[in-house]
Amino acid sequence: MSLYESEDPDMTTDLDTPPPAPPAGGDPAPPLGPWRRALRGLASSPAAVLSGLGILLIVLAMALAPAYAKYVAKTDPFRSGLSAKIMIDGTRVPVMQRSTEGLGLGVTPIGPTWGPQYFLGADNQGRDVAARFLYGGQNSLFIAGAATLLCLACAALVGIVAGYAGGAIDAVLSNLIDMIWAFPVYLLAISLSIVMLGKSFDFGPIHLSSSSLILPIVIIGLVYVPYVARPVRGRVIAITNSEFVLAARALGIRPSRILWRHILPNVATTLIVFAPMLMALNIVTESSLSFLSVGVQAPNASWGTILQDGQALLYSRPVVSMAPGIAIMVTVMLLNLFGDVLRDILDPKSVRGR
Amino acid sequence: MTDPTPAAPILTVRDLRVSFAGARKSWNRVVHGLSLDVAAGETVALVGESGSGKSVTSLAMMRLLDPATSRIEGSITLDGHELLALSEADMVAKIRGQRATMIFQEPMTSLHPIYTVGDQLIEALTCHRPMAASAARKAAVALMERVRIPDAARRLDDYPHAFSGGMRQRVMIAMALASRPKLLIADEPTTALDVTVQGEILSLLKELQAEYGMAMLFVTHDMGVVAEMADRTVVMLRGDVVEEGTTEQVFRAPRQPYTRALLASVPALGSMAGEPVPLRFPVIDIATGAATPGTPLARQPDFSAPLLEVRDLVTRFDVRGGLLRRKVARVHAVENLSFAIHPAETLALVGESGCGKSTTGRAIIRLAGGQSSGSVRLGATELFGLDAARLRRQRREIQMIPQDPLASLNPRMTIGEALVEPFLEHRMGPFAAARAKAARLMDQVGLAPQMLERFPHEFSGGQRQRLCIARALMLDPKVIIADESVSALDVSVKAQVVNLLLDIQERTGIAFLFISHDIAVVERISHRIAVMYQGEIVEIGPRAAVMETPLHPYTRRLIDAVAIPDPARRHLRRSQPPSDLMNPIRDLSFVPPSRRYREATPGHFVRED
Repeated sequence: MSLYESEDPDMTTDLDTPPPAPPAGGDPAPPLGPWRRALRGLASSPAAVLSGLGILLIVLAMALAPAYAKYVAKTDPFRSGLSAKIMIDGTRVPVMQRSTEGLGLGVTPIGPTWGPQYFLGADNQGRDVAARFLYGGQNSLFIAGAATLLCLACAALVGIVAGYAGGAIDAVLSNLIDMIWAFPVYLLAISLSIVMLGKSFDFGPIHLSSSSLILPIVIIGLVYVPYVARPVRGRVIAITNSEFVLAARALGIRPSRILWRHILPNVATTLIVFAPMLMALNIVTESSLSFLSVGVQAPNASWGTILQDGQALLYSRPVVSMAPGIAIMVTVMLLNLFGDVLRDILDPKSVRGR
Repeated sequence: MTDPTPAAPILTVRDLRVSFAGARKSWNRVVHGLSLDVAAGETVALVGESGSGKSVTSLAMMRLLDPATSRIEGSITLDGHELLALSEADMVAKIRGQRATMIFQEPMTSLHPIYTVGDQLIEALTCHRPMAASAARKAAVALMERVRIPDAARRLDDYPHAFSGGMRQRVMIAMALASRPKLLIADEPTTALDVTVQGEILSLLKELQAEYGMAMLFVTHDMGVVAEMADRTVVMLRGDVVEEGTTEQVFRAPRQPYTRALLASVPALGSMAGEPVPLRFPVIDIATGAATPGTPLARQPDFSAPLLEVRDLVTRFDVRGGLLRRKVARVHAVENLSFAIHPAETLALVGESGCGKSTTGRAIIRLAGGQSSGSVRLGATELFGLDAARLRRQRREIQMIPQDPLASLNPRMTIGEALVEPFLEHRMGPFAAARAKAARLMDQVGLAPQMLERFPHEFSGGQRQRLCIARALMLDPKVIIADESVSALDVSVKAQVVNLLLDIQERTGIAFLFISHDIAVVERISHRIAVMYQGEIVEIGPRAAVMETPLHPYTRRLIDAVAIPDPARRHLRRSQPPSDLMNPIRDLSFVPPSRRYREATPGHFVRED
């Protein structure tokens, strides 16, 4: 018996002919489906709206990388600019400057100008860090996003097949999942990358050069499949055994339709809840792999490679590492915040309609 | 019981108002000014349907509502203490578990699973009164004997899982009595229990009340329990007290239309004596209190040829265990069940939890899982020989109405989609025809066709059950298996749904297999009754024969245990021995005994034991 029994519209007494159903929470008349109720829940949560807008803003900024490079920075961030010079306060200044530290030997790239060119300074090869940062963000987000979709698709397939088929198929798939799970993620990713990046990948008509972004996408997408497939499988089993699936079977509904119409829509929430969290995890994984030189390959950039570029300049030009570091942190935090709200709204275990 | 004019009340509640925090810092009041007194040795029943605020009231009296989200106003005086003025620490030190104790509905979850029953009893004994370990143990044994747990000294060291539901409720009562409370609040203490166990617990509570002289506040929705237990009755509706008086007054001469409607909706066992056919519940207009008496079912069953014939149905489940998950035992859920249902007939399958009645319903449409054997014939078709595709088509003929309508509706489909789906799946016509039929059926079950666009969560419990009935009718079935279909509904809603089922039978001639533990409802609705015990039918026959001349001892025990909503007919015997555990798990080598049935009167069979 609920403590809040009187508040719950599900428990109204209907002594007479039942009144028109009390809409949940006193909402106006048009009936809201579960999806639209979830959307409305998102829209009414300040945390979800703010984090969602933040993520959108980051994505938009990264999408503008080519425009920034062409019209603002007026540079090609993938070519080294060791001999380039720029105008600052009316004087031409070389991008690579004589070192002012220690013995004065060697060169130090220019620091942040806070102007249109070299806004965040240059890296060791004289390239515009700000432009590279935007291009790198593009790659980071693209890889993480594509890997998320790949991971969700694979996990949905494995989880649904294992959960719905049961028996021997379930046993094989579950054990496979467990084996992948038992492998340390980074070790697996590093060994996969070394095998796949060592030489270009040829498989029949498929040819991938070692600098292709597809390789990190596949690697990152696959390593987290067990983390999603497991709960999906559990959810499928729970729904398959639920009363409404039993009712559908008793009504003589075809198994294919039961799977498609009764089980899948109810598993979809599990997948949706995982998406932002997985995306955050993938950004971190991509950056880590790229930092370790087994992700995105030069001259391509990602937040991870820029972090590594900045490693050598940590004392003289810390902003080179700080910019991608802060970007990773902020993006991941926003994604997790968004994911938390999403889970509260969509999780079947959270209290309905409240 | 005796003269209900006791001296000073133990519990005095004046103008109790309870509110819960709502959206945007508003407060929703759920109890509007309740006043009542309970004297020593007296039992007051707080009765109402779900949403009436009765449970909230009982929790408020113990101050067990979360202070962050609730507000309690008014005055509650217990044994000279104003509870609303006490600090939380004082509540713990002086009131809860001391002067007032509480027992709840769910004995399965109220005991801690990892401590022995003895440990928990001893804790209840010693937490307010330090005593030596040996003395505490002795006191615990004495308490368990007090609540008539057999073999108390040995069972003290058992864990809760080794106790049946009724035994656990006895342990809960023992814990509640440990501190010799002045007031015992019992919140639906027997609702989750089987009817025979309910009778035992109720008579135990009555006896203990006399021994201890405590005041009892009984919170329940069950008018039978009220009539059996209470000296005075308070009827609540949506947070208001509707009627208050001695139980005799309330039952004999209810003043308010709501009370009258409530009482009219309660099926009283034995009220069907002399009625030849199923009888609808009387309908009472809640505004005026005017009663329309229930009409009997006009259509007669056609006994010329059986519609559904079940022969030697057996369903068993393997219990696997050990490292290699080998079969270690077997659950004999259904054993050698045979019965037939005729067109326009209702056969009721009655029994207590675990007797295999629900499994029978599912086994008939081959959805039980496990291993089933035997024969189920629907007309000329043998269901147990069909391949998957033909079985699927055949399911059109036998439909099911579930116990929990919300769980059996896909939360992501509108009602319209849910109703249309089976019609289209069985290729019964085009989409427009399906929509038209859905709208017509909505109208027939008393819902507006416009509601087809809504989702299941937007309906009340009774409405959802109507939706499930409409969905089953979409396929024009010949047989409907109603598995505890009205058990979870409030009494007034239950009466409406039963009337609806009878209307449908009268109009369409559908046969019902009505599976239920509620004998009073079964008596209303059925033509014939089959009593199940431990997976077998012990008695089957025409309704009047089984109810009025029960032959099998189990049938008699079942009928005797039902609490009757009439205070003049209190009949629960005192000091009943607790019934034994019903356990259908057997060794792999177990061979079920072969049974013979004796025909006492035409059509009335009883198992020979």
